[in-house]
Amino acid sequence: MSQSSSTGSFDVASLVEDVNLRRVAQYALVVFFLGFFLVPLETGIMTAIKTNESVARSLPFAPPVGEGFTLGNIQFALEQLSGSFFNSLIMSIPATIGSVLFGSMAAYGLTMVNWRAQMGVLMLFVVGVFVPYQAVLVPLARFWNNIFPLARMIEPMVASIPFFQGYHAELVPLVITHIAYGIPICTILFRSYYQSLPNSLVEAGKIDGASITKIYRRIILPISKPMFGVVFIYQFTQIYNEFLFAFTLVTGSDAPAAPVTLVLPAIGASTSGIDFGIRMSAAFLAAVPTLILYVAFAEQFAKGLRTEA
Amino acid sequence: MATHDNTEHVSDATDEAVGWESKLQYFLNSDFVRSAPYWGIPFVLMSIAVYGGIGYNFAISFTDYEGLGTPDYSVLDLEMYAQALSSDAFIAAAQNNLVLLVGFTTICLVLGLFLAILLDHGIRFSEKFQTVYLLPMSLSFVVTAQLWLWMFNVESGILNLVVTTLGFNPVDWLGNPSIALGAVIFALIWQFSGYTMVVYLAGLQSIPDDQFEAARVDGASITRTYLRIIVPQLKEASVSAAVVLMVFALKAFTFLYALVGRYRPPNGTDILATLMVRRAFKFGEWAYSAAIATMLLIMALGVIGPYLYYQYKQGSL
Repeated sequence: MSQSSSTGSFDVASLVEDVNLRRVAQYALVVFFLGFFLVPLETGIMTAIKTNESVARSLPFAPPVGEGFTLGNIQFALEQLSGSFFNSLIMSIPATIGSVLFGSMAAYGLTMVNWRAQMGVLMLFVVGVFVPYQAVLVPLARFWNNIFPLARMIEPMVASIPFFQGYHAELVPLVITHIAYGIPICTILFRSYYQSLPNSLVEAGKIDGASITKIYRRIILPISKPMFGVVFIYQFTQIYNEFLFAFTLVTGSDAPAAPVTLVLPAIGASTSGIDFGIRMSAAFLAAVPTLILYVAFAEQFAKGLRTEA
Repeated sequence: MATHDNTEHVSDATDEAVGWESKLQYFLNSDFVRSAPYWGIPFVLMSIAVYGGIGYNFAISFTDYEGLGTPDYSVLDLEMYAQALSSDAFIAAAQNNLVLLVGFTTICLVLGLFLAILLDHGIRFSEKFQTVYLLPMSLSFVVTAQLWLWMFNVESGILNLVVTTLGFNPVDWLGNPSIALGAVIFALIWQFSGYTMVVYLAGLQSIPDDQFEAARVDGASITRTYLRIIVPQLKEASVSAAVVLMVFALKAFTFLYALVGRYRPPNGTDILATLMVRRAFKFGEWAYSAAIATMLLIMALGVIGPYLYYQYKQGSL
């Protein structure tokens, strides 16, 4: 393609042809990668709605035909997952709200005011984003199991709440853990937004004699609604999808308090191998909440990722 | 709120030391103190969790703590570190980790850059395509591990369908120790290249259009324009994406665990993160795994330290 321009033969026809060829190639690549990203998902969905016999006989990505179609796998997976869905949601929602609120507060305190050691404190937040969680797993397990067994302490209290069982108490340490470790990233996301706000907003408030709290509640909170959306979606996706903390604090995929991610790797497995129809159904059911959020708010999700980098 | 109480208290003692008092009042009215409740509470919570946790982990790594019971801090030494560094399992895991880190990061960056350039100019509905390319990032590693487990299936997986159609023998992607790590890297690239694409697209969009125009007027081909003019300007995007990817490669545990549903990942894919979790929670070797975790942390700091220093120098923090 570059040859036509370097030889210097400049007739319009070859130029048009060149451009068209390039565009065709460009679109072909776009479609190729569309396939690359979608094939694993499409195959999974097709496998989820096929009978075992059909899975064995047909191509993995082919849709089921006639008697090969079934909703049995999805039904079975839903029955297996329903309890853990509830666990996942009652864990993720408060954990997300908590870390997003704390993140916003910290970012406000660190951007809207100036003092000397600010950069040092900020650095500690930034490093907190990148710390591999393995470095705190052993202390975490010891803390919540031996030093401060909060789950055991509040179990009777949780059991008395309607719709809750005693074992849901195990999710409380998990929520606190997620809030604490979610604060750094939420702070960084909010900080980048608050820095982009004009200084005059806060200055005007200060001249009017508004307290720091008033400026936060009356000025900052209302205008940071879009950023709350971004951080909330980002953080909910992270916490709902998270595995390692749940794995450390809620032991075992058969524990009644296990969230979805903990249960999924064990579903549909037996001594004779993995039933992929059931496994794929479960994988999709597990992904539904984050998929819905992603399809509805793809731009916000992308923004969260961009700001992180 | 606490600041108000303090200021009142101070003003009671006005007639004594004026200089000292006004200094204190000035301090209490400073932005530092008045904003403290905002950043202070999250900071304390975060610090206990992150830095308290790291410190505690550090302390445990010097003991011989294992099994049930409590750690004994009376004898502290580096025995666990020496044990880890001389064990074959640790060295093998470190090697795998290095391969994963380098291979995964490099390919993700290259593919992400390619996708970003592909979608940057002249594609209609470019945003829709971006949404699809980024979609795997919204899924849990537990979910993507299941999808790829099925893709890699020996009898009916798609990859072997392709391989056999091309006339080769089926490959045991995850069962063959010399291939398994490559297969895992491939799956992780599928999940992450949309992320690098998004980071690069943001970088590309900050480059003014007239640079493309100027290059075009000069008669430079598109390929040359990108290689010579555009890509060098994406250094910052590359560095920050690389840092995120490398740190991920160090701590990647979930995908490997979820592939098999047990502590030991497929042969040939054991990395430091999986080794650490297995030693801790399967065998109860707390001190030993804390030592591995500390080394993992040092490696992560080795990646992010220079990056943060560079960012700080640039004034972009």
